[in-house]
Amino acid sequence: MNRRTDRHLANTLAQPGITADFNARDWEALIGQARTSDLLGQLAEVLRDAGDAVSVPEPVRFHLDAALRIAALHRQSLQLELAVIASALAVLGEPVVLLKGGAYAVAGLRAGRSRLFGDIDLMVAKASLDPAEGALFRRGWRPTHLNAYDQRYYRQWMHELPPIEHFTRGTVIDLHHTIVPPTSGHIPDPARLIADARPVQVAHCPDIFRVLSPVDMVMHSACHLFYGELQKGLRDLYDLHCLIGEFSVEEGFWAHLLPQARAHQLEYPVLLALRFARRVFGTAVPEAIAEECDRRLGRRWTGALTDHLIDASMYALHPSSDSTWRRARRHILYARSHWLRMPLHLLIPHLAYKAFIHDEARVG
Amino acid sequence: MSGAPLSSLSRSALHDRLVSPDGLRLHIGRFVTSIRSRHAQVAEGLATLYADYRLADDDRFCDYAVEVGRGDGLRKFVRPQSLFRFEGMQPFKPLPGDQAFAMLEWGLNWVFTNHAQHYLIIHAAVLERDGQGLILAAPPGSGKSTLCAGLALRGWRLLSDELAMVGLEDGLLLPLPRPVSLKNRSIDIVRALPGDPVIGPMAHDTAKGTVAHLKPPRTSVEEALTRVQPRWVVLPKFEAGSECAVQPMGRARMFMSLVSNAFNYPRLGVTGFQAMGRLVEACDGYTARYGSLDQIVPALESICSRPA
Repeated sequence: MNRRTDRHLANTLAQPGITADFNARDWEALIGQARTSDLLGQLAEVLRDAGDAVSVPEPVRFHLDAALRIAALHRQSLQLELAVIASALAVLGEPVVLLKGGAYAVAGLRAGRSRLFGDIDLMVAKASLDPAEGALFRRGWRPTHLNAYDQRYYRQWMHELPPIEHFTRGTVIDLHHTIVPPTSGHIPDPARLIADARPVQVAHCPDIFRVLSPVDMVMHSACHLFYGELQKGLRDLYDLHCLIGEFSVEEGFWAHLLPQARAHQLEYPVLLALRFARRVFGTAVPEAIAEECDRRLGRRWTGALTDHLIDASMYALHPSSDSTWRRARRHILYARSHWLRMPLHLLIPHLAYKAFIHDEARVG
Repeated sequence: MSGAPLSSLSRSALHDRLVSPDGLRLHIGRFVTSIRSRHAQVAEGLATLYADYRLADDDRFCDYAVEVGRGDGLRKFVRPQSLFRFEGMQPFKPLPGDQAFAMLEWGLNWVFTNHAQHYLIIHAAVLERDGQGLILAAPPGSGKSTLCAGLALRGWRLLSDELAMVGLEDGLLLPLPRPVSLKNRSIDIVRALPGDPVIGPMAHDTAKGTVAHLKPPRTSVEEALTRVQPRWVVLPKFEAGSECAVQPMGRARMFMSLVSNAFNYPRLGVTGFQAMGRLVEACDGYTARYGSLDQIVPALESICSRPA
């Protein structure tokens, strides 16, 4: 780790102008951090937008250009997959909500520009899960987790079905019925999320796709980050920075954000999102909301510790920004994510199963 | 590409660079790669096989930083391993300590294949004569590297023994000259060839058997920025005791054979299809079955000397 370079990625994404003073070693740290954080495409967009204000050395340009090319190809393949998915799911006669990366891309949001993602995340009403999965099976998607324990883990406890993978193209779909695991004890109202979702046009697709409303999208992104394993902490927080920046001009966004999150029992991750986005990227948050945020987080007795742990996940896993202590804190966060997802009477048997039985079961 | 060659460093200066935070910085083709390692075998392999590669200037941006470590904790001292790291990531499981140099070569292949997306990348050896490129595309075990070594030692310019990198815009072959990877019996076959072959450290009992590398000719390393127009595609197939049979191959078959040997063809979508189409249009294709280098080398040289 190097104290001088360890924040280069976050700082450059927020203010590309700082690269004016960069030497070759600074650029190496920046590109390396972006590569290990899955943010190379987003960095390339930011530097491209900065235009003549920023002078990028020619050898660095090569890597940014490579990332933009990959992202453009990724986008083409997303369009093709969505066309297949739409024609499969049109029979449901119900809206299908695109979540996360897919949603950012089709809604044309800044967060989605040159952002790569592995899985296509979809949400339908719980009653439509089985018909939706069946319709995708008929178009060539196959279950990836065949063992009975994994199937039950997802179907009984999780907010999504086991991932399904296309048998030739390898595309993976996660089919959700809500946005956080029901076992976490937070029960948002999926019917309302779907009702509030906004239509989005996707080329060559029947009109079935929706994306979450701005407030819900921020809320879901925050849940995904702060109730998850924080393995891609910086990337996910950058999503939030872009979403908040773009939505903050929408009528009623700030007025509804915290009350609506509270109504869905998901205020805590939204508070953390606002705090860390401000701290890491300098995201603009109205004074009154920022104060409310600090007040409510300050009331939690674990606040300072959680804060310190989460801070570690906001650095790239790159030699220029990583340290033993930051790695240790990330391991604790990983354990924390399981703790948040399930109560102990489910978690202990689950971890025991994964540790002692699972490998054997996979062979059969 | 300025800078003194690696051979200008004393062994202790080479060691110092390999263990320094910035690493040993070499021009490998169009990329600057930083290499760090405490394995003596890595230093030995680099001194032997990379002697002609240029050291990068201090203020030049380094494209890829790799490390061959000895393992974590006690592993550093007790039966050290070879642990490949790229930007702090570990894409492979560790290998035994005495395979450190082979690990570096495999790791670099992985880095170049996965990160240079301006090219259609085909698993093939590439050589040049009279400004025209020969692509030897074949799955492992078909004798491609041995044949490539044989041609390089006869004065063909080596572009690569592993990766044909076809420019997506200009269709030209980008050189990425590196040591030629040889396996098992082919090590002795190449060692016995005229042209003063230099062979680096041997790695025994690897997943591919015994592995060693042939030093690339100096002119190949020095001309690494000169791109080449592709002209011939040959699918070699070594069969012990076989007669030599070189047959022309249709464009459709050439296309599909290259696709099956391409690393990033599906990922490139339409762009990849167009680049592959342009490559196939520009080349004459042949299949070549042979039982010894003595047969195939003259046969290929006769094909490749015909006027275009």
